[in-house]
Amino acid sequence: MTAGDLHSLTLSETRAALDRGDFSAVELVDALLERIEALNPALNAFVTVTGDEARAAARAADERRAAGRPLSLDGLPIVHKDIFCTRGVRTTCGSRMLEDFVAPYDATVVARLKDAGAVMLGKSNMDEFAMGSSNETSYFGAVANPWSHDRSPGGSSGGSSALVAGRLAPAATGTDTGGSIRQPAALTGTVGLKPTYGRVSRYGMIAFASSLDQAGVITRSVEDAALLLAAMAGFDERDSTSIDQPVPDYAAALDGDVSGLRVGIVQQHFDAGLDGATGDAVRAALGVLESRGAVLKDVDLPNIDLSVPTYYVVAPAEASSNLSRFDGVRFGHRADDPRDLLDLYCRSRGEGFGAEVKRRILTGTYVLSAGYYDAYYLKAQRVRALIAEDFRRAFEQVDVIAGPTAPTPAFELGAKTDDPITMYLNDIYTIGANLAGLPGLSVPCGFVDDLPVGLHLVAGHFAEQTLLNAAYSYQQATDWHTACPEAYA
Amino acid sequence: MSLDKEQVRHIATLARLHVADEEIADTVDKLSRIVDFVDQLAKAPTDDVVPMAHPVNAAQRLRADVVTEADERDRIQGNAPEVRDGLYLVPRVIE
Repeated sequence: MTAGDLHSLTLSETRAALDRGDFSAVELVDALLERIEALNPALNAFVTVTGDEARAAARAADERRAAGRPLSLDGLPIVHKDIFCTRGVRTTCGSRMLEDFVAPYDATVVARLKDAGAVMLGKSNMDEFAMGSSNETSYFGAVANPWSHDRSPGGSSGGSSALVAGRLAPAATGTDTGGSIRQPAALTGTVGLKPTYGRVSRYGMIAFASSLDQAGVITRSVEDAALLLAAMAGFDERDSTSIDQPVPDYAAALDGDVSGLRVGIVQQHFDAGLDGATGDAVRAALGVLESRGAVLKDVDLPNIDLSVPTYYVVAPAEASSNLSRFDGVRFGHRADDPRDLLDLYCRSRGEGFGAEVKRRILTGTYVLSAGYYDAYYLKAQRVRALIAEDFRRAFEQVDVIAGPTAPTPAFELGAKTDDPITMYLNDIYTIGANLAGLPGLSVPCGFVDDLPVGLHLVAGHFAEQTLLNAAYSYQQATDWHTACPEAYA
Repeated sequence: MSLDKEQVRHIATLARLHVADEEIADTVDKLSRIVDFVDQLAKAPTDDVVPMAHPVNAAQRLRADVVTEADERDRIQGNAPEVRDGLYLVPRVIE
């Protein structure tokens, strides 16, 4: 292993190598920073690179290891989506509104990973305020997919997915409100895990839609996702929706045994909207699970076709409320020479937010406004209850539900920016899990025209272990997750 | 149901969001498409359904009413566009 190859290791492999003393955390960080400097200009996956802080943290990790007292993730590199507040480091949320915002505190996710010894290399690019499925709404520009630079890496965690696929870092955090971890993972051939709502604290994670947002990870293997989830998850008194449940050692419990595992198939997930070759790859993946002892079973989610319209009422409504905090007074962008207070609010927000964020704020304001609240917002919350109930019934019959993560492989940049609905339909298979608060995971399951395809797995509340184990089993039988874009080997 | 320019201007005022004249046509067009798209919810039978308030059935916790944060006013106000003597400055509200 030479300094030129360190990027090829997964997080778990890196930990073993550091424990053996094959190289130091400082050597690793230096190698990755050099790689980021060389390869990021073409990808635009980073908003901020924190080289000095990373080297200092790596030195501290090396000292702890030398003293025989390493922390659980000591010296392991990670990149945080720029939606997580990082004390003393610029936190932009992909927006002009927060272009110069320096967070006064760490998000719980950031603090927990730091306390476990993980070394932050920087902050990843994202759709503005996590509103997008292609990373094209970022104020800092679109991100390129390492598999094909003219294609999107997905979104909103597109910087995280691109940099993990391009091996600029072994892992990155993400957030998922409607598919924003799983869809970019599918489009870049990486593993993306969205835990159960409430499993990971949302404290310090800039809010988009508070009843849907959940933090998770993008990695190159299922073991790595398990490792990071154990460090991030757990009760946090600073998040009133955080759930107080014990956190298992997910990685230690992975055994790859799926014999008798009941895998549900939902017919609507294979309807006309699904690209044919993508469907073939997903059906082949289901065959692999079956050959390893899983039992495939049709299940019905009668209201699942309404998940996207439900989401596009609930999420914008919550967003319009959450984003009212950006007023040009306490932090964020302020317009020059305001005539009066109203002008200050309106122009600061008009200049600070991009087109998609404005559309969502306006949609949300409309569905919450007098005369429309019952017809839209309350109606959507009722349909949401129906969808959650469909899932509850399905999980009486099966342990996981499996299908495609996204309807097509990575699409060309600019292909879907003219019509919001076309873009929204990217998340057709992932949104249901957010509406019902369920954990979901995407694992690489093949290629179509040299572009990666993801298998999507959803499980019941707090059944992350079942999800991870099913994906781990699939990964043991296949090597899609080890494929690397040629220019990034 | 499609929206018109006046409705969009009204919503923008409610949202305290300036929409420039050159943006308005595109905004009306795209918002109308979104509203048309979500209108399909109307056909779902939901008469006896209780609206969902929270994705995981959990009660809200209470905490003791005690100060838990350190005083970091200066650090926090370092992000403000304009402050003086610990106060946020805005254009004059009362003449």
